[in-house]
Amino acid sequence: MQHTIAHLKRGQKGIIKDVSSVHIPLKLLEMGCLPGNSVELLHVAPFSDPMYLNINGSHLAIRKETAVHILIDIVI
Amino acid sequence: MSKQINVALIGNPNTGKTSVFNALTGLNQKVGNYPGITVDKKEGVCKLPRGVKAHIIDLPGTYSLNASSLDENVVIELLLNKNDKDFPDVAVVVSDVENLKRNLLLFTQIKDLEIPTILVINMSDRMDYKGISLDIEYLEKELNTKIALVSTRKNTGISELKTLIADYKKLSTKGCLNASEIDKAYFENLQNAFPDQLLYKLWLVITQDVNFGTVERQEFDSLEDFKTKSKADLKRLQQKETIKRYQFINNVLKKGQTIDLKNAKDLRIKLDRILTHKVWGYVIFFAILLLMFQAVYNWAAYPTDLIDEGFATLADWVKNTLPEGVFTNLLAEGIIAGIGGIMVFIPPIAFLFFFIALLEESGYMSRVVFLMDRVMRRFGLSGKSVVPLISGNACAIPAVMAARNIESWKERLITILVTPFTTCSARLPVYVIIIALVIPDGRFLGLSYQALTLMSLYIIGFLTAIFSAYILNKVLKIKSKSYFVVEMPSYKFPLLKNVGLTVLEKTKTFVFEAGKIILAISIVLWFLASYGPGERFNDAENIVKTESPQLSEDELNDKIAAHKLEYSYIGIIGKTIEPVIKPLGYDWKIGIGLVTSFAAREVFVGTLATIYSVGSANDNEDEDTIKNKMAAEVHKDGTKVFTLASGISLLLFYAFAMQCMSTLAIVKRETNSWKWPMLQLITMSVFAYIVALLAFQFLK
Ligand SMILES: Nc1nc2c(ncn2[C@@H]2O[C@H](COP(=O)(O)OP(=O)(O)OP(=O)(O)O)[C@@H](O)[C@H]2O)c(=O)[nH]1
Ligand SMILES: [Mg+2]
Repeated sequence: MQHTIAHLKRGQKGIIKDVSSVHIPLKLLEMGCLPGNSVELLHVAPFSDPMYLNINGSHLAIRKETAVHILIDIVI
Repeated sequence: MSKQINVALIGNPNTGKTSVFNALTGLNQKVGNYPGITVDKKEGVCKLPRGVKAHIIDLPGTYSLNASSLDENVVIELLLNKNDKDFPDVAVVVSDVENLKRNLLLFTQIKDLEIPTILVINMSDRMDYKGISLDIEYLEKELNTKIALVSTRKNTGISELKTLIADYKKLSTKGCLNASEIDKAYFENLQNAFPDQLLYKLWLVITQDVNFGTVERQEFDSLEDFKTKSKADLKRLQQKETIKRYQFINNVLKKGQTIDLKNAKDLRIKLDRILTHKVWGYVIFFAILLLMFQAVYNWAAYPTDLIDEGFATLADWVKNTLPEGVFTNLLAEGIIAGIGGIMVFIPPIAFLFFFIALLEESGYMSRVVFLMDRVMRRFGLSGKSVVPLISGNACAIPAVMAARNIESWKERLITILVTPFTTCSARLPVYVIIIALVIPDGRFLGLSYQALTLMSLYIIGFLTAIFSAYILNKVLKIKSKSYFVVEMPSYKFPLLKNVGLTVLEKTKTFVFEAGKIILAISIVLWFLASYGPGERFNDAENIVKTESPQLSEDELNDKIAAHKLEYSYIGIIGKTIEPVIKPLGYDWKIGIGLVTSFAAREVFVGTLATIYSVGSANDNEDEDTIKNKMAAEVHKDGTKVFTLASGISLLLFYAFAMQCMSTLAIVKRETNSWKWPMLQLITMSVFAYIVALLAFQFLK
C-alpha cells in the first residue's frame, strides 16, 4: 500500500517519496517538503485535521486534504 | 548631494525584517512573532557611514519569488519592475539562524536576479541555545555575498550591516548556481529569443502573473508565445528548480553550518504538547479570551474612572472661568465632553491591544490558527481568519489588512466581508453609555446585568460574523484553490518594548483619529445647530413668548433654545429623516447622531452632547454629564427618549450597521472593487435597521 502523510500516527516519522501531485502547492515544496526529506507528525487537531508536522526542520501545519497527496515511506 | 541608496529588506516571513528595519531607521513599525505581520511596503531613512543616506524599504515576508498570496506579490512586483522608484540598489535578505536552510532558497533566487545582495543572519542570540555554529567566511565565499550576523534583540551587528550597505558597489552580482540546467534546451531557446533580458527574470514572468507598468509590459509582450509548455509542465519545472536549489544549499550548509543537537533545546515541542492539545488547547484558548475580557472590563475600570473625573473637572473649570454663553457651552459640553468621552476608552483599548500584541509576539497566534482551522472551514473561513476576527475587536482596519496572508481568495474575501461585524473599539463608547442608561442594576450569577449585556454584544458580533460567513460561502460562486500552510514559529519571550510600542502607537492613533473627527464634527454641528433659515428660527423669541406667555424667565429661555434648535439647519435635517427612524424608537436628535456616526461610530456621544448643549439655555448646572442629559431627554408627550426598548434597538443598530468610512475605504483597496464595500454598506445597514425595528416593536 502507498503511504501518505495522512497515514502517520502521532510521533511517527517518514521519508518523503513523491510530491509531484498537482494538489500540493509549490509553497510547501519551497518550505522543504521534498523527496528524501524527513517528516514527523508532531500533533493533530481533532479529526486529525489540520496536521502539525516537522518537515526537514520546519514546523508547519497543513490540512489533511493536502497531506493525503504527499507520498512517504514510514520509518518508525 | 549623491543619490540615495534604495535598500529593500526581503526574507521569509517572521525572520525579523521589520526588527532590522526598526533598528536601521529608528522607526517603530509593528513587530510580532507571527508569519505575516507586515503585509504592505513600509519606508524609512537610515544614515550610513560617510554621510550616505539610505532609503530603506520593509517588505512582507515571502518564502520564494513564486508568489501565492497578495502580501508576497508585493515583493515580486517590486523586484521585477526596474522602473519602480523603489527598485532596490541593494537587496538585504534577512534570514533566521534557526531556519537558515529554508531561508537560503529565497536568497539564491534573488541572487539570480543579479541585484547586489547582502545576507543578514538574524537572531544570532539564539545560536547557543540551539547549538548552532557557522563558518561565516566559508558561507560568504560559497554564496558570493557578504554576511552580517545580527541580533536585533541584543542590538549587535547593525553597524556592520550599515557599513556593508554603504559599500554595496563592492558586492558581487553573480548568481550562486545555474538553475537553468533543469531543462537546458528550453532555457537556451528562451535566452535566444530575448538576448538582452535576464534569463531568470524571463522565467519568473512566464511562471506567474505579475502586474507591470506599461513600459515593462511591452517589453514582455511577445513572451506570451513562449508559454509553449503546459501549466503542469511548468509546475514540474518549478519543482525541479526548487529541488536543485535545495541541493546546492544542502551542500553549502554541510560545511558551513554545524548543529550540535546535544546542546539544542526546544521549548516549542514541550509547550505545544499542551497548547495544541485536542482538549487542553481549546480550554487554554478560551481561558485566555476570558482573561482578556476580564482585563478590558474590570481592570481597566480604575484608570477609566480617573480620566472621567479629570475631564468632568476640566469641563467645570472651563464653564466657571470663561464668560457664559453658547460658545462656552460648546467648548465645555460639546468638545471637552466629546473628547473626554473618547479618552475614557484609552485604558480598555490599551488592554485590548496589549493582549493581542502578547498573543502575536509570543508565537501563540499560529497555534490558535491551527486549533481553529477546521471549525472555521465549516463556515467558509480559514484558520488564518482567526487573526482578523480577533484583532477586529480592536479595530477593523488593520484586521481587514491582516487577511492578506490567507491563500484562498474566497476564504480571504469572506473574511474581509464579515470582519466588520466584530465589535471594534469604536462601538464601545456607544455601548457603554446606552447600557448605563437603559439596563437596570442587578446581578445574575455574580455578574452585573450591564456587564452581561456588554458581553452579549461582543458574542452577538462574533456569531453574526461567523454566520454571515456561512451564508456567503453558500452564495458566492467563486472557484479558488484552497490550501493552507501555516508555520509554527518557535516561542519567544515577548519583548516588552515591542508590545509596549504597539500599544502606544495603536492607542495614539485611536485617540488622534477619533479626536480629530469629533472636533471637526462638533464644530460643524454647532454651526448648523446655532443658525437656521426663515423667521421660525430668527423670530423664535417672539413666537415662543406669544405661544406660552405664562412661563417664568428660566423656563422661557429653555423653551426658546429648544424651539431654535428645532428650526435650525440641523433640526431641519433631523426632522426630515425622523419618519424613517421613528419606528426604531429614535427621535430626530438621535437621528443626527446616526448620520454623523457614518463617519465613525464613536462620534455618536459627542454629537448628542453638542446638540443637547445647544438645545438648552441653562449653562450653569454643575457637572451635568452627557449621561444625565440623555437620561433627562423626553419626547413632546413627556415620555423618556431612552427607554429599554429604544436603548436595545440602538445597541443592536450599532452592532450591525456598517458605520465606518475608513473600513469601507480599506475594503475597497483590499478587494480592488467598489462592489464589495457597497455590498457591506447596504446589507449590513439594512440588516441593522430590520433588527433594530423588530427589537423596538417587540419591547415597546
Ligand atoms: N531572539 C530574537 N528574536 C528576534 C530577533 N529579531 C526579531 N526577533 C523576533 O522575531 C519575531 C519576528 O520579527 P519581525 O521583525 O516582526 O519579523 P518580520 O520578518 O518583519 O515578520 P513578517 O512581517 O511577519 O514577515 C518577533 O517576535 C521579534 O521579536 C533577534 O535578533 N533575536
Ligand atoms: Mg515585518
